[in-house]
Amino acid sequence: MQLRRIKRILIGFLKYLSLLFCSFVAVLPIVSCVITAFKTEEEYMQTNVMELPQSWFNLDNFVQAFERANMGKAFFHSLVILFFVLVVSVVVGTQLAYVLNRFKFPGNGLIRNLFLFASLLPGVAMQVAVYSIMHDLNFINSLPGYIIMMCGTDVISIYIYIQFFENIPESLDESAIVDGASYFKIFYRILLPLLKPAIVTSCILKGVNTYNEYYNANLYLQDKKALPTVATSLYTFVGPLGSKYNLICAGVIISLLPALVVFITCQKQIYSGLTSGAVKG
Amino acid sequence: MKTSRVQKKSRRTLGTWVKSRDGQKVFLFISFMTIPLLLLFTFTYLPFAEMFGFSFLDMKYTGAREFVGLKNYMKVFQREDCFKALKLSLYYMGGSIVQLVLSLYLATVLSFKVKGGNIFEGFMFFPYLINGIAIGFIFKFFYTRGFVFDTVLQWCGFELENLPYWLRDQSINNISLVATSVWRYFGQNMVLFIGAIMSVDGELYEAAQLDGASKTQQFRYIILPSIKTIITLNVILSISGSISAFEPSYVITGGSNGTGTYFVVMHEIAHTQQKVGLASAMAIILLLIIIAVTVLQKLFFKYVFRSAEEEDPNAARKREKMLAKMARRKVGRA
Repeated sequence: MQLRRIKRILIGFLKYLSLLFCSFVAVLPIVSCVITAFKTEEEYMQTNVMELPQSWFNLDNFVQAFERANMGKAFFHSLVILFFVLVVSVVVGTQLAYVLNRFKFPGNGLIRNLFLFASLLPGVAMQVAVYSIMHDLNFINSLPGYIIMMCGTDVISIYIYIQFFENIPESLDESAIVDGASYFKIFYRILLPLLKPAIVTSCILKGVNTYNEYYNANLYLQDKKALPTVATSLYTFVGPLGSKYNLICAGVIISLLPALVVFITCQKQIYSGLTSGAVKG
Repeated sequence: MKTSRVQKKSRRTLGTWVKSRDGQKVFLFISFMTIPLLLLFTFTYLPFAEMFGFSFLDMKYTGAREFVGLKNYMKVFQREDCFKALKLSLYYMGGSIVQLVLSLYLATVLSFKVKGGNIFEGFMFFPYLINGIAIGFIFKFFYTRGFVFDTVLQWCGFELENLPYWLRDQSINNISLVATSVWRYFGQNMVLFIGAIMSVDGELYEAAQLDGASKTQQFRYIILPSIKTIITLNVILSISGSISAFEPSYVITGGSNGTGTYFVVMHEIAHTQQKVGLASAMAIILLLIIIAVTVLQKLFFKYVFRSAEEEDPNAARKREKMLAKMARRKVGRA
């Protein structure tokens, strides 16, 4: 009996130890950045990186990083991009999902498969040719062009909507049809409000992806002085500033603050958004 | 007089047709599907077709283009950097196995009652939400000689002289990079697994506990079977994910010192050297490999879920959902 108790305590101990260790590993790179971001230039040169800063109120680096990387402008651009991409993707995605889920017509299956296949193609591979199309459309270094491309490349939210539509009974549509409502009215007045949870979920996921997008932003918004986004503004620190990690870390921390805020406020939705599609079945 | 009456009549019929259910449907289809299909065509299938065409040309993004037949494809096989790069995917496959085991363990632990479980979960998940460039800087900093990682190892009793240069030493730098990828995604995988485990009916655990089943037995007989699907999915996805690994090497080392994966080499050839034809050939070859892997996956799924499908008339639908799942997971990784 005693042996069993010891064993149980030991297992519990190991369990928490492993959790603590993994959390430590997950947090360490970020924490070290936070520490360095609060150090003065001199401190950074003279102390070990893991030594705590003299003052936690030294916001100099943040101010400097914000100004040098032109982050005010960058946040504005990221916000504009985010707004339009989300609006378009919600409108277009829900509409397409409605048609694909509620109507049987020749080509329905084909369209679904076209979208599915598209999402299996690795994005980076496609960029070789997408770049040439963007070039032909004069979309390089153009904010609207970039927004249109960002709307076009991610088609996954459609699947979140289709799945959600499947759980809304069709009798709802039918009774509205009997009452003489048009399809448009059914969609906008009845179904769209019901889709709210799915819209929130897909907006969070897509929003995080759009905000964090750096590869496409770097490729298509090359003029980083005029058109920085939060992610690409960090490129300012490549080159001559490349070893001033106290500045760089401050810039990095600023860039991930919005993600942190969203995460803390919408933790549940993010988790459920990730799992909702992957779990069922 | 006569003509106007005809016009009126036709207008009326057009009007009634528009208001009829059939007319509405046509309008609905046109207005709801044109934009998404146009976007899909412009940014996926048109580039796909163009890329295929490019792969037979010697060209830059601007300027003259010359037809060279299969020369680009032969070059891909002859160039050393391309195939060396493909070998690196083995590292990434190894990494994804570590990631899978780790996240499965953590998910199992966290799905039972754990004090502060939510906080642990949050800490481990957060790296998934950081943008790629920031990750690049964080790990350049992390691995710099004498900086974060070295300091922590020194706390553990290692001597600085015995430690390698994590990003420069070719015997270890790929492992360092793969580790960052595991760091970034294990929490996200864990959340997926927790979701899967939570979807198991809670009564099953209660019944098992009443019967005196141990935690290990509960894992073996309840949890594992119920999340078999998602595990297989992950294993298989990690293969195509490893072949197309890109981010760690691109943002941290820029592909230097033998860390350039296939995609990084391709990106460099396309956008720095502007050999668009060659890069297109590389992309097509990789796509063919990925499509082959996907077909194998499908066959594998058919085999694994054969018995289940025989009973289920909605098998096709289920399969479609599964594909959708794969696609979504894929995006999570990209």
